[in-house]
Amino acid sequence: MTEEKTASASGSILVVGGGISGLTTTLEAAEVGYEVFLIEKNPYLGGRVAQLNQYFPKLCPPTCGLEINFRRIKDNPRIHVMTLAEVEKVEGTPGNYNVAIKVSPRYVNENCTCCGDCAEACQTEIESEFDFGMQKIKGAYLPFGMAFPARFVISSDIIGTEDAQRCKDACKYDAVDLDMAPKTLNFNVGSIVWATGWEPYDASKIDSLGFGQHPNIITNMMMERLAAPNGPTKGKIIRPSDDKEPESIAFVQCAGSRDENYLPYCSYICCMASLKQATYVRERYPEAKIYVFYIDLRTPGYRYERFYETIKEDENIFLIKGKVAEVSEDPSTKNITVVAENAVTGEKIHQTVEMVVLATGMQPTTTTAKLPADLKYNEDGFILNDFDTGGMFAAGCANKPADVVSSNQNATGMALKAIQTLVNR
Amino acid sequence: MDKKYGVYICEGCGIGEALDIEKLCDVPKEDSFPVKTCPILCSQEGVELLKKDIADEGVNTLVLAACSRRVLYDVFRFDGCIVDRVNLREQVIWSHPRSTYPAPTEEQKDDEEFIDHVQMMAEDYLKMGMARVQRVDLPEPYKLETFNRKILVIGGGITGISAAIEAAKTGYEVTIVEKESALGGQAKKWRKQLPGAYPYDSLILPTVEDKIEELQNYSTITVMTETVVARIAGEPGDFTVTFKKPGEKTEFDVPYPLPDEMKVDENGKELDAEALHAKFMEYNKGKQDILTFDPNGEKFGAVILAAGWRPYEPKEGEFAHLGFGEIADVVTNYQVEGIAAGGKITRPSDGKEAKSVVFIQSPGQADDKDFAYSGAVTSLVALKQAKYVREDYSDGKAYVFYQHMRTVGLTENFYKNIQQDQGIFLTKGAVTSVSKNGDGLIVEAEHTLLGEKIQVKADLVVLATGMVPVTKDDPVVNLAYRQGPGFRDNEIFDEYADSNFICFPYETQRTGIYAAGSIRRSMTVEESIEDATGAALKAIQCLESVNRGVSVHPRSGDMTIPDFFFQRCTQCKRCTEECPFGAIDDDEKGTPKPNPARCRRCGTCMGCCPERIINFVDYSIDSVASMIKAIGVPSEDDYDEPPLRILGLVCENDAYPALDIVGLNRLTYSAQVRFVPVRCLGSVNVVWIKDAMAKGLDGVFLLGCKHGDDYQCHFVKGSELADIRVKKIGDALASLALEEERVAQFQVAIDEYDKIPQIIDDFVASIEEMGPNPFKGF
Repeated sequence: MTEEKTASASGSILVVGGGISGLTTTLEAAEVGYEVFLIEKNPYLGGRVAQLNQYFPKLCPPTCGLEINFRRIKDNPRIHVMTLAEVEKVEGTPGNYNVAIKVSPRYVNENCTCCGDCAEACQTEIESEFDFGMQKIKGAYLPFGMAFPARFVISSDIIGTEDAQRCKDACKYDAVDLDMAPKTLNFNVGSIVWATGWEPYDASKIDSLGFGQHPNIITNMMMERLAAPNGPTKGKIIRPSDDKEPESIAFVQCAGSRDENYLPYCSYICCMASLKQATYVRERYPEAKIYVFYIDLRTPGYRYERFYETIKEDENIFLIKGKVAEVSEDPSTKNITVVAENAVTGEKIHQTVEMVVLATGMQPTTTTAKLPADLKYNEDGFILNDFDTGGMFAAGCANKPADVVSSNQNATGMALKAIQTLVNR
Repeated sequence: MDKKYGVYICEGCGIGEALDIEKLCDVPKEDSFPVKTCPILCSQEGVELLKKDIADEGVNTLVLAACSRRVLYDVFRFDGCIVDRVNLREQVIWSHPRSTYPAPTEEQKDDEEFIDHVQMMAEDYLKMGMARVQRVDLPEPYKLETFNRKILVIGGGITGISAAIEAAKTGYEVTIVEKESALGGQAKKWRKQLPGAYPYDSLILPTVEDKIEELQNYSTITVMTETVVARIAGEPGDFTVTFKKPGEKTEFDVPYPLPDEMKVDENGKELDAEALHAKFMEYNKGKQDILTFDPNGEKFGAVILAAGWRPYEPKEGEFAHLGFGEIADVVTNYQVEGIAAGGKITRPSDGKEAKSVVFIQSPGQADDKDFAYSGAVTSLVALKQAKYVREDYSDGKAYVFYQHMRTVGLTENFYKNIQQDQGIFLTKGAVTSVSKNGDGLIVEAEHTLLGEKIQVKADLVVLATGMVPVTKDDPVVNLAYRQGPGFRDNEIFDEYADSNFICFPYETQRTGIYAAGSIRRSMTVEESIEDATGAALKAIQCLESVNRGVSVHPRSGDMTIPDFFFQRCTQCKRCTEECPFGAIDDDEKGTPKPNPARCRRCGTCMGCCPERIINFVDYSIDSVASMIKAIGVPSEDDYDEPPLRILGLVCENDAYPALDIVGLNRLTYSAQVRFVPVRCLGSVNVVWIKDAMAKGLDGVFLLGCKHGDDYQCHFVKGSELADIRVKKIGDALASLALEEERVAQFQVAIDEYDKIPQIIDDFVASIEEMGPNPFKGF
């Protein structure tokens, strides 16, 4: 490992996580006039929202807002973006933190023109994490079309293979650097905003819901990728077992959430997400039957309620209050039967559908990996904000389950808290 | 600026293989532009070449024919230089591969009838880039003559107080105006407050008094109670604000625009500017015009609108089935909070203890909708008030009938805690009626979890009515703007004030005014404080941006401002009316008065001006028109079967990036189309379309964002305004004996790159069917 020292940047802010919250904190602080370091562990910015097909309730593509944000980054010399970067160590006190950032190799340097010749040459295919393993991509890849930075990545999986050499040989621009090594950067910042985000709850932990056992049970995030024009199926919603266009789909709400055995809290977004995904299905299959099994439909506030109103008008969408107790697969058809008790009528429902979407909840990334800093967490792993001490703040879903609207609101506020630490040093 | 030009053509990424670079170099040579080629322009050698020419040769105006301006933006940024990026890669060779559009063979090179589509396209784009740089200049920051950093907070409730504290903590001076005689707002009127921090499981005592105390520690915060804003005039960094006592009438009360029906004479003819102004002054008798600034007004730089909410007031008979208005013991959640704050919960009818209280979350009647203007807050409040019943009476019982318990996120913990209370019964259910039963009440509900039909005896019934943003009744912010005192078109959001609520939640259609708290949606105290912090940041950011002379979101950092050539202005007022941000006022003669610090630089004014007198230094009627003129239009004099030429005016925010992705994915579309990026479709001036048709182009289309209620336009109204203009152009075309179908507008979202080739090809096919523009060759 090499150690690289950069000029100290006191009076600057470190934002950890380049998802929508981190982007917002970064941009809002930098446009006030502060220097911001934005680090992101993935090779691209955008985080979870980059994987989404559309936002609720407007049904607009997240790349629209992301692209504007990327342009704001491009136009702002006060922002320094580092991808494939993670915090290794934080020392110091509010107003004066020394941080060590570990940057993993991308194996592609700034000479990359995005021509795609490396991907063309690469023969190995790897699972696309971005698409939850639903497709294979080349070992040299661009994370997605509008990715920022617009630069290819060579997967560490192919490093040391002939394929890596093929990529290098194919590059006319000397952009492939197979000797790139991890490095640690040290710098000084005045405040830190942790926007480390969330990950979908591992649905395979919920035995009764059959994820990982039956191919036609997918998660809501997988559904986003299926519906996305740049996804594994180019936007076609087809069921995994046989690529059939489903004529019936069930959405299982609170798959993990509001359940003491899994996630005791409400994950905030899943009700609206499933209703939104019902529109994905409807747009493609005007006759498909859609069943939504819920405990409560949490579509609070004027804008969300109005969206729910439009869903209710659809005669082929059936909203059933009842928690799904179990699922089973018909081995011949691969259809899934969902069993639930209608909470109002008490009647037991056996609904057979061709495909099931589990509305899995959100879990903070800090549940599984605690951050190398003096932070406090609640029982669920969300970072607790200590405004009295200041200096370090959690924004967006690192702090609590939230939708994009609330995350952006919160992230804007945290930008100010970070600035206050600098001002009042 | 004395321009010294340089054209640089990159041969990398397949450009060199796909194009005849030597022939391409003839284009700049013909116009005496120095031209150089480079195998890889973005390489170290390439950039060195550029830097060397800038340093040694004094080149300051560069046309870089390479890849899209969206990539390698930092590599090709040269301070003090004009740089135009001609997109040969994504828009030409990637989307028009030689496999589809073969290069000429050796024999074909001499064949005059052979059409090399790709080469022609590259040559056109290069010509267009060269034409543009001749007509643009470098912008300089716009500085206000006087600049004020103070922040005005309207509303002294929890949001306003928090916003003031947060801004003061950051070192800014703040004034809070509050119409009541004391600070505190709604949050002061409660017995208890919802949990606002982890573990979110139990009620807390109201925190607003602590906040008021904290506020008093800041000498930089001025509090003005029993005060409202009469008007706010001017622009960010230099607002002049007049305050007054509530109810007082002053000459600086904000004037209101004339209703549409008053803008015409008795024959229905539109009045001229001066007559309109006279009528406007008459309509606003006793008030000064917006352009008369209050000499005693106070100066502010930015405004936070935290005017909050009022309880929803049911209309007469609105909830008759629930007994509201008929039965004294059927009250709203707001009313019961008032009772609870004063002591034990009792019945309004006779003051007797209310030991059995039913809370109704949804008005029912075959609908599972909550009451209007409710949200997660109303669910939480019902639980809170149910708890009051239990606090007051050990044998008290609370029944909550809901359709959906909306305790989102971590507030679920509070719901779970309430569920543990043996005296609180929570059930889904539709309340069908509330009726009198002796001196008590009977509540009937169906489809409940406790039984198909149930009856509950109650002392008191509480309706979970919502929180109405006060901007529903009154603009509050009272902007002395020609477009009017409030936020425009807010009715599509039911008067909640924000314009891009998902991605950019604090933005409103008025620069320098940031809405916070329940004026944007119903919020808890915790959310309001968080929201106030964000709004404080936005206000500070606006101040600092104005001070640096740059635009705020979405063209953050843009230094250009619209420049008006007033001598040719015909006082048509269109720019004043169409600006999505109300940045332009006009005087009594109808002459526009731009307010540059209010401007977001979308160019809508430039697009709507019939006299074409509004321009930006780097984006103008002339710069775009010259690009259009630079497009080669082959005619029958050139070829037996000349190709069509179609102009695409594309929104640079969404459509242009989408076209790049078309190229990246090597999707192809007609090579007969030429694109010109525009800041927003709202900036498209119809003269460009007319020029194009007069020049013999066969068709024109606009490619931009979706409009309507769920608009995706970053400037709110741009694509909608363009659509109106395009529809009107039909008559002009008809007068030229041209089919109006030759001009069209298409809506695309940024991710619909897969659909764009089809849209383009379908349009080209429709033009092919119509045949070439008869003006071709004239």
